[in-house]
This record gives sequence, structure tokens and C-alpha cells, in this order.
Amino acid sequence: MTGNEMSPESAGGMERHAYDVVVVGAGGAGLRAAIAAHDAGARVAVVCKSLLGKAHTVMAEGGIAAAMGNRWPEDNWEVHFRDTMRGGKMLNHWRMAQLHAQQAPERVMELEDWGALFDRTDDGLISQRDFGGHRYARLAHVGDRTGLEMIRTLQQRTVQLGIDVFMELTVTDLFQDDGRISGAFGYWRETGRFVLFEAPAVILATGGIGKSFKVTSNSWEYTGDGHALALRAGASLINMEFVQFHPTGMVWPPSVKGLLVTESVRGDGGVLKNSEGTRFMFDYIPDFFRAETADTEEEADRWYDDKKNNRRPPELLPRDEVARAINSEIKAGRGTPHGGIYLDIASRRTPEFIRKRLPSMYHQFKELADVDITAEPMEIGPTCHYVMGGVEVDPDTQESAVTGLYAVGECSGGMHGSNRLGGNSLGDLLVFGKLAGEAATAYATGLGRARPAVAEDDLRAASHSAVAPFEVEGGDNPYAIQSDLQQSMNDLVGIIRTAGELERSLVEIEALKERARSMAVEGHRQYNPGWHLALDLRNMLLVSESIARAALAREESRGGHTRDDFPQTDHEVWGRKNLVVSLDAAGTGVELSERPLPEMPDELKKYFDEPRKES
Amino acid sequence: MAYDLKMRVWRGDADGGELTDYTVQVSDGEVVLDALHRLQATQTGDLAIRWNCKAGKCGSCSAEINGRPRLMCMTRLSDFDQAETITVTPMRTFPVIRDLVTDVSFNYEKAKQLPYAELGPRDADGKRRMMQVDVERSQEFRTCIECYLCQDVCHVVRDHEDNKQHFAGPRFFIRYAELDMHPLDTHDRRALAQDAAGLGMCNITKCCTEVCPEGIHITDNAIIPMKERVVDRKYDPLVWLGNKIGLRSQDDEGRTEV
Repeated sequence: MTGNEMSPESAGGMERHAYDVVVVGAGGAGLRAAIAAHDAGARVAVVCKSLLGKAHTVMAEGGIAAAMGNRWPEDNWEVHFRDTMRGGKMLNHWRMAQLHAQQAPERVMELEDWGALFDRTDDGLISQRDFGGHRYARLAHVGDRTGLEMIRTLQQRTVQLGIDVFMELTVTDLFQDDGRISGAFGYWRETGRFVLFEAPAVILATGGIGKSFKVTSNSWEYTGDGHALALRAGASLINMEFVQFHPTGMVWPPSVKGLLVTESVRGDGGVLKNSEGTRFMFDYIPDFFRAETADTEEEADRWYDDKKNNRRPPELLPRDEVARAINSEIKAGRGTPHGGIYLDIASRRTPEFIRKRLPSMYHQFKELADVDITAEPMEIGPTCHYVMGGVEVDPDTQESAVTGLYAVGECSGGMHGSNRLGGNSLGDLLVFGKLAGEAATAYATGLGRARPAVAEDDLRAASHSAVAPFEVEGGDNPYAIQSDLQQSMNDLVGIIRTAGELERSLVEIEALKERARSMAVEGHRQYNPGWHLALDLRNMLLVSESIARAALAREESRGGHTRDDFPQTDHEVWGRKNLVVSLDAAGTGVELSERPLPEMPDELKKYFDEPRKES
Repeated sequence: MAYDLKMRVWRGDADGGELTDYTVQVSDGEVVLDALHRLQATQTGDLAIRWNCKAGKCGSCSAEINGRPRLMCMTRLSDFDQAETITVTPMRTFPVIRDLVTDVSFNYEKAKQLPYAELGPRDADGKRRMMQVDVERSQEFRTCIECYLCQDVCHVVRDHEDNKQHFAGPRFFIRYAELDMHPLDTHDRRALAQDAAGLGMCNITKCCTEVCPEGIHITDNAIIPMKERVVDRKYDPLVWLGNKIGLRSQDDEGRTEV
């Protein structure tokens, strides 16, 4: 069986499998969900676009935020909860932020049980490092390669448990029976052969959308597949206007523009300077964080060793604040030769300390930019890093509005509000991955024999749709369409937005959708990247439209959404509601509605009653 | 500064293939993967390449560049003369799927046969304690990005298909070493390493260490210490006697053979 037949109905061209739970995506969230489903007794499969162990989680550097109190016994879930809500500018779903803060410590300990080797404190406990927006040193870490440690641990656990993994297989459609999930459809990247998974529960764990932007820290996989699959299935997305631009991406050489430079550089003492040598972050401390941020260099420098009597350096403000400040400095003409800002740790820490704490960064700059970060400053600038928005889910089960469809990790929404704190993504993957795996298993096994069925007509339609790009003669090249989309999103829906540019982006996306309807692919179905991109592009266009529409509607600035024409944060109107995106009636675009924020119970409100006394 | 780069890229599948010549515009600061991506976007949309992070962190884009096993995303064009032709071929040890993409399932099969970490109970307060100096030895091996270049270059399997069944390869020898050096692990896997993984077939030519993009000292820090420990267990008469009469060396104290 080669799978090379062009016809979707060729004999033997379809593989069929049956499971209780199918997890789409094998990053931290997907693997944790699969392990939980397995432990709960489900027959579970993991399906992923890449090889096992290559998912984007591997890129996470800084650490996993968890209030274990190993360095600061004062730390606890309440403080972590408060930091998370304030970092997200109070738009987070309070229940998700609460569950996350409460359960993250045990999820980290569990990784250690399974063989993870975190860096240690002098007492031999799991070490915890400082990060932006976190009141205490809270990130469990392994040098600056925490994501690698996490994914390898989960991967090895998955293999140990004998969970079925379908590698290099892309899911393109979900099936339903009377409004309930009945299965998923995809193709092997290697052969192009189609695969049907019959399963009453599907967990989306597909990650983010960054590949729709030109300058991004994200890999090719980040095409918003889960977001788009959920939309098409009838679920809704929230918070899509909030896209995190990480303040520190590489800016040179061009080949690595956007590549992430970990926040740990700042957590471990690095500072930001403009071309005049000024530590400019002191000029950008917002009122919201003024009480807890140092206003002199002396106090900021003392904080690393004495957190009780000093306030946090402004370089460690949440990412949205730092990214905007860097953007302003560059625009004001105080940027570096390659259009960035200096990130300097060389003048502040010893070469030994830097190589020990930041080995990957040392390696990355040495190999790719010929820069020795122990001797000279790095040049950095903002890069599209993370989407706060995602599938709207129930906070306790991660189920979407569609019965049997769950979403976890970056492709779900609500947990991070308008801005995610560094270190909160890895905890998010573990905490909600586990909850989703358990909830999906309970639902699937509770169905008994009365399982939703896959209709043969739906299956045929999915097959035809997947090979459609081969049937076009002389259409547009998918690489060209992708490149134009990335440029458009970067220029018009980037870090600073205006109504005029957002309206233009929607016109451009419409035109790109038109071009995508007639795009053509050369070659055949065996390991054909052009074809793969053509299918992913449909998702990218739908998700890009979601972002642009929501960004145009939200007439304020908050977190990962900055409007030049509405610079204020509007607590009275926009602080009380979410924008919800769903598929329009024609099924080719999206429409918006509004939903009030879930009401926080009084016992949690007390953490925000008055400005915290900073001692 | 842009210039025209001459490339020879292997195109084909399991049934065979050949080196194909291309000329592609590249610029300073780019890597081999950039040049191939530009080929893909402008000249040959169906060129098969496996890649992910483009940052040397995921280990997906392994290939042989001018005959040397390397990551395409970490090989800078400035390492070559601008007039030089760069030849890119798939990893030779694994069967070709298409173009530069190989079937690396050998490694995933071997991973399934591996033992796993088995720690004792947590301390009374629910936490575990290990000292930094003790975890560092194993941490070196956990920087492995599973690019499988060490497997590709290893002469035990590179041109000896029949050895694959009995030989796990350097990537998995460091996993054995990692578990063996884990401060809280409770299993003794020395017999497994020797018998099931074929540690004895390695004759420490250090090729694996030379190609490791993470700079892991595979031979010196993992393979040789593991070989010594296996030998201690098997041939040291004092250890043999100690085992017979129930004494345990410090090395494997509290560990159970699996």
C-alpha cells in the first residue's frame, strides 16, 4: 500500500481505527491528556503532525510556574492565582486560573516521579526561578531547556504505558452524529493515505497559530488546526484578539529573526538598554503595576537577592508591557543597528553563571549569530509567540460547546485572559491535560454501546475535500499565499493596531481566501509539503480572520491587544465581557458575539480588593 | 549580501533516486535549511524535508551535508565557500521515505524496548531530595534532542542492517547511563544494557560524540562508564563473591536487577 492514488475512493485507500478517546497533538497537553485517559481506563490514541517528541513544547525554555514554595515558603496558590489574574488584566476565567494555581505543584512533582531531573536548590529540592509577573521565584526549571525535559518525560511515560501514537498524521476533519462527536479524519503525511478514527471523544491539543505571522517564535506546525477544527464543528473561540508578542526574539541574522530568547535572561539578571545605553524600562512602568515595581536601578538590582525589602525590576513586568516598551523605543529611533534593543547580561553576571544558567541561549547565539552572550549584549525585538485565545471550554472538564469535543493547552482559551505570564503555559498543559483526559474518558466509557456513528457521506466529503488542491490546474502556489498572509498579519494585526489597518487586513484575508479556493499543488500524495501546506492554510486563514475581527471589535487596549486609536484600558465596558467567535452561516468565515465575564466568587474577590501592601 | 548558491539535493524514494542540481539565491547569515525552504517555495514545491523548530532544539532536520551528519538548521552557509556546491543527502542508516526524509522508526522501536525510571517513594513531606551535583551527570544525557545523528553515523548499524536487531545504538546507551546514574532510581539494568541493547558491540570509535549537535560526551561519559559497570558486575571476583553472599557494592545499593 503506497497511498499514492490520487482518487479519494481508491481501493484500500482508507484505514480505520476505533478508540474511546483520540488526542490530536502530542505536545505537553496532548501527552498529559493521553496519559490521564489511559490511567482512567480509556483506549486512547495520540495523533500528531510530527514525530513524537518534536512538538512545540520542546521549545519552552524558562520553566513551569508552580507555587511549591521551595525557595519562598511564603508562596502559595492564592498568590499564584492573584499574579495570573493580574497578568491577564482580570480577563482570565477565574476558575481556570484557580485550578491551575492549585494543581500545578502536584503536576510538577509527578513529572519528577516519572524521571524528570529538575535543577535543585541547595537543600536538594526542585529549584525555582524568577520570571516576569510572578511575585516569588516560582518556575521549576532545567537550565533553559525545561520544555525538552517535560516533553521527553511525558514521551517516555507514554511509551512506557504502551499508548498508541500515530506520528506524522494530520487531522483535517471532525465528524458528528446528532451534535455529538463521532470521529476524526486525517491523512498520513508519509503516504497520503486516509485514516478514520471512530471515537466519541476527541481532545484537541494542537497548540497555537503563530505561523500566520511573519516574525514568530513558532514552528510550521502552529497553523491553528485545533482552533479551526473546533470552529467548523460548531464550537466557539474566545479571547482571539489577544496575541502575545514575546518581548525578546532574535532580530539578526534574518534567517533566525523571531527565534525566542528566553525570559530567564531577565529573570537571571539581564537588563534592556537602548542605543543610548539607557535602561529604558523605568520610563514604562504602568500605574497598574507601579506599587510593586522598583523605580530606581539600585532597588531593582537589590531585588534579586532580597525580595522582601525591594520591588521587582521593571524588566520583569508582564510580557505585554515589556514588548510595547521595546516597540516604542525602536520607533523613537533608539534601536540597535539591526532594528532591535540590547539585552545585556554580559556586564552583570559572570561567564560561568551565564553558561550554567543559560546554556541553550549561549549555544544559540554562538552558533547562529556569532555572538558571545557572556561578552557582549544580544540584539532582540518582539516576536509573535503565543495566542491567549482559543476554544471556549468548561473550566473543570475542558469540554467545548460540542459534546465529546475537548480542548487543552494553547488551543483552548480563558486561562490566561488578555496576557499569559511566562511559565504559566507549561503548567496549563499539565493541569488541564490531566483534567481533560479524565473527563473525556468518563464521558466516552459512560456511553456504553450507544456510540455516535460516522456517516459514510461525511467520510466521502472529507476525502474529496482533502485532495481538492490536486484537481486544480494553474492555480496559486500555497507557499505564495502563506507568505502574503504572514506579511499581512504582521503589518496590519501586529503588536500595535488601528481600526483602519484591521479593516484592511480583513479585506486582504478575504482576497487570500479567494486565492486559496483555487490553489494548486504539484506532485503526488506521498510526503508532499506543498499539499500539506495547502490543507493547513485553510485553518490559518480562518484563525487569522478570527483574530482580526475580534481585534477590530475590541475598542480598548489590554494585555496582548494594543489599539493605537483606543490606548486606554476600559474597565467599565470592556473589562466585563469576552468576545466570542463562531463560524458564520455560510461556513466560510466567522462572526462575533459578546458574552459577560464569569462572576468570580466573593472568597476569591478579596485578593483584589485593595492594592496589596508591598513591604 | 545575496548570492547564487549551487546545491545538489538527493531526490527520490524507496525505489531509488539521484542527486539533482539546483541554483538558489541565498544571503549572509542563512543556514542550509533556509536554502532548501527557498527551493521548496520557488522551484520544487514537493521537495520533502522534515523540520520543526529551526532552532536546533527539536532534532527533526537531520541529514548529511557534504557527507557529514548534521542538523540542516544549524549548518550556516558561511561555513562554506560561496563558490562551493553544497550536497545534501538523507541519513544513510535509515530507509528513505522520500527525498531528505527517512524512516526513523528503528529508534522508536528501540525506545519501546527500553527500561524506564522507577523511583522509590517520596519523602515524608511529599517532596524528593537530590543534590545538584548528583543530578548533573544524568542531566547531560537528557539534553539529547533525538536527532539520531549518532545512530546514523554509528558504523555498527550504518552499513550493517543485520546488526539493528541486537543493537540499540548510542542514543539509547545514554538513556541507560542516565537511568543508571539517576540518584533515586531503584533498578539495575546493567545486564539489559549488555544483552538486550548490545552495548558490547560498541568499540568506542567516538564517531557518535563527534556528530552530536548538543555536545554530549556520549562515549566518555556514558558508554565507557556503562561498559565498566557491566564488566565490574560480570568479571570482578570480589563483586561476584559479594553478590553471592548478599553484600552489595555502593554502586547498585538499593537497586533491583531487571
